[in-house]
Amino acid sequence: MELLLDSLFNGVAIGSVLLVAALGLAIVFGLMGVINLAHGELMMLGAYTTYVTQLIFKLPILKPFYNSYIIVSIFLAFIVSGVVGILLEKTIIRKLYGSPLETLLATWGVSLILQQFVRSVPLAYGTGLVLSLLIGLFLPSTFPSKIKESINFKYFKFSSWIFAALTGVLTGSVISSSVSKLSRASARNVDVTAPSWMRGQIEIIGTTFPKTRLMIIVITLISVIAITLFLNQSAWGMRIRAVTQNRQMSDCLGISTEKVDIITFGIGSGLAGVAGVAVSLLGSVGPNVGGNYIVGCFMVVVLGGVGNLLGTVLASFGIGIMTDLIGAGRLLSIWPDMPLPLSNTINFFATTSMARVMIFALIVIFLQFKPTGLFPQKGRMVEN
Amino acid sequence: MRISRRILAGLATASLAVTATSCGGGGTSGSFDDTVTVGILHSLSGTMAISESTLVDTEKMAIEEINAAGGVTVGGKSYKIEYIVEDGASDWPTFAEKSKKLIDQDGVPVVFGGWTSASRKAMLPVYESKDAFLYYPIQYEAQECSNNIFYTGATPNQQSEPATDFMYKRSPAAGGDFFLVGSDYVFPRTSNTITKAQVKQLGGKVVGEDYLPLGNTEVAPIISKIKKALPEGGIIINTLNGDQNVAFFKQIQDAGITPSSGYYVMNYSIAEEEISTIGPEFLEGHYGAWNYMMSIDTPASKKFAASFKKRWGSDRVVADPQESAYNMVYLWKQAVEDAGTFDDNAVREALVGQKFDAPQGPVEVMPNHHLSQTVRIGEINAEGGFTILEETGVVLPQAWNQKHPSSKGFACDWTDPSKGEKYKL
Repeated sequence: MELLLDSLFNGVAIGSVLLVAALGLAIVFGLMGVINLAHGELMMLGAYTTYVTQLIFKLPILKPFYNSYIIVSIFLAFIVSGVVGILLEKTIIRKLYGSPLETLLATWGVSLILQQFVRSVPLAYGTGLVLSLLIGLFLPSTFPSKIKESINFKYFKFSSWIFAALTGVLTGSVISSSVSKLSRASARNVDVTAPSWMRGQIEIIGTTFPKTRLMIIVITLISVIAITLFLNQSAWGMRIRAVTQNRQMSDCLGISTEKVDIITFGIGSGLAGVAGVAVSLLGSVGPNVGGNYIVGCFMVVVLGGVGNLLGTVLASFGIGIMTDLIGAGRLLSIWPDMPLPLSNTINFFATTSMARVMIFALIVIFLQFKPTGLFPQKGRMVEN
Repeated sequence: MRISRRILAGLATASLAVTATSCGGGGTSGSFDDTVTVGILHSLSGTMAISESTLVDTEKMAIEEINAAGGVTVGGKSYKIEYIVEDGASDWPTFAEKSKKLIDQDGVPVVFGGWTSASRKAMLPVYESKDAFLYYPIQYEAQECSNNIFYTGATPNQQSEPATDFMYKRSPAAGGDFFLVGSDYVFPRTSNTITKAQVKQLGGKVVGEDYLPLGNTEVAPIISKIKKALPEGGIIINTLNGDQNVAFFKQIQDAGITPSSGYYVMNYSIAEEEISTIGPEFLEGHYGAWNYMMSIDTPASKKFAASFKKRWGSDRVVADPQESAYNMVYLWKQAVEDAGTFDDNAVREALVGQKFDAPQGPVEVMPNHHLSQTVRIGEINAEGGFTILEETGVVLPQAWNQKHPSSKGFACDWTDPSKGEKYKL
């Protein structure tokens, strides 16, 4: 019983890391059909946001609230990665809809730029830049419609960008002068330390569970529930689903597909930021952190069936449980006196490297029989 | 008047350096008869830049120190050392390419460079085919002995073997079972093969072994294997690389695998620099084995740490790889002066037998192009340093490990033409 519980928990823990990382991609790649190779780097931005938030919460003014910084950083990471994602959509991806190969190359380029960006720009100014992007992109849309429709709107837009730039520079210098660690550019990996209430472990029915793992499971659950509710219950969610199913028809019926694209991409990117917070709790935060997850993300989305959230959920938990089952050699502990050749085989695959090989092999075999994944897509992508 | 004379002197020195003409200046420091340019080849970009850039800093410092003390004296002429720094970009073929450039185009007599075994393996054929000389400063898995490489880092018998011995005989987990964890590449796999053979000799038991693919930070399956194999605590030998250590220590602490519950981790790749990145709060009470530790309480060690901090900033630390890099520049200088020429073959001959009072204590170049070194076992403390627990005498290097099944009974000796790279003892 304890063994089963332990194994199940481990599988769910591994799976939820995969799921939270792949959730954003499931939306961007699954619903929009955009192959976004910069997804990992959007995660990385989320992880760096956690780091920056942590340092800012160490300042004397915010010190009393230090223990809650991780909660705050979840929202901030969503905003940071979302804003960068929206900028990416507006400037690059929008022009490449319908040409997957070009999207793939362009977003790969973007991923390299983002990696180099965090290496060579002090994080304080990086924060300032993101803030000015946020203001520049959203301030004009808060203007009263009278101004928006006027012929001089472009001047208002221009001046709000100037305001945004000034705020960004100001924030950058304030942060850089108050937190010395953020004032210098560094390629060095940094470390996020979970607040004390999240470290250690708790005991449930005789088995101990690490708290950070539970936290990641909670973050994942909340993200999945929130995104499901959004897609199924809200008006924008309905529009997104409509555009996914039939873009031309939705367009004819008066849905602004342009806005839908921005929102979908923004949410997908924001979720990548949330995933960044989760992975920063497990390992170190560095420019390459996203690259370590991107293959896993695509694997989960493809296995689950492109465009299907339920598929993504099942696929990631499936892979998680399989990883634990093979990688930790669980079958041996369940059935200790199995015949020698069999136990040797299981032992051979019971290392992290070989478990990965085995899982990839199983996925390849599975896709031979079900090339469209667990839950095949019905909709636009099939019709096209 | 006085000031202007000084400026003139400075100008004269500068013009000397630029034109590289010799005009028999005075022997005071700051004026040289000639210059010699050496190559420095480490990754300044990419994954390895974090670690390798500290070596560049150390090598620059050593060169500046030598220059300040009058440079290299060869054949009665004093030479100022200048350097060309090339970026290996954490990309192994680039290391080979840049080596060719330094040797052919810049004509440097020596290259100080490399960190990963992969970069060394990529450079080795270049130096052998051009009969040039590479100085390599990292503790590594050995099983190699090139006539064209000088290795100043520890071989396994100068690091992992004394460490395993300590863990099995004298650590709080003495007599316990071993679990080996490493990144999936050549160093951990070779090192663990040696450890397994040694544990068997000692009468101990290795109950598990796992390798994490480079870049992977999912430690959960390894943790459950450790818990299953060592339910009551035991010894964990860790050869994980760089960032993976952060994931490993964060997650094992959360899972209750800590010194207070009887699990002791011996690390071969965690030095002072890494402790500060990972965070001492995750590492306190675990162990490390090195030749040099910043906490060595000798004047030479303190001077080394102090000059590095003075040169590069008070928040910087020195660690074993840097000390090896520092030593190799000085050993090269001594060898060149003894040989009386910059010619590779003569310097190579003069190099063997060179002694140097290194920050770790006396070191000597052995006929197998490795250094005799002192081995230290330290416990990681809350301040992010090592509390030194044990210190061996001088340990001779084994280029071919005597516990590894494939190299048992072999040795390397470049001073005797009949022996060479690998001969039977």
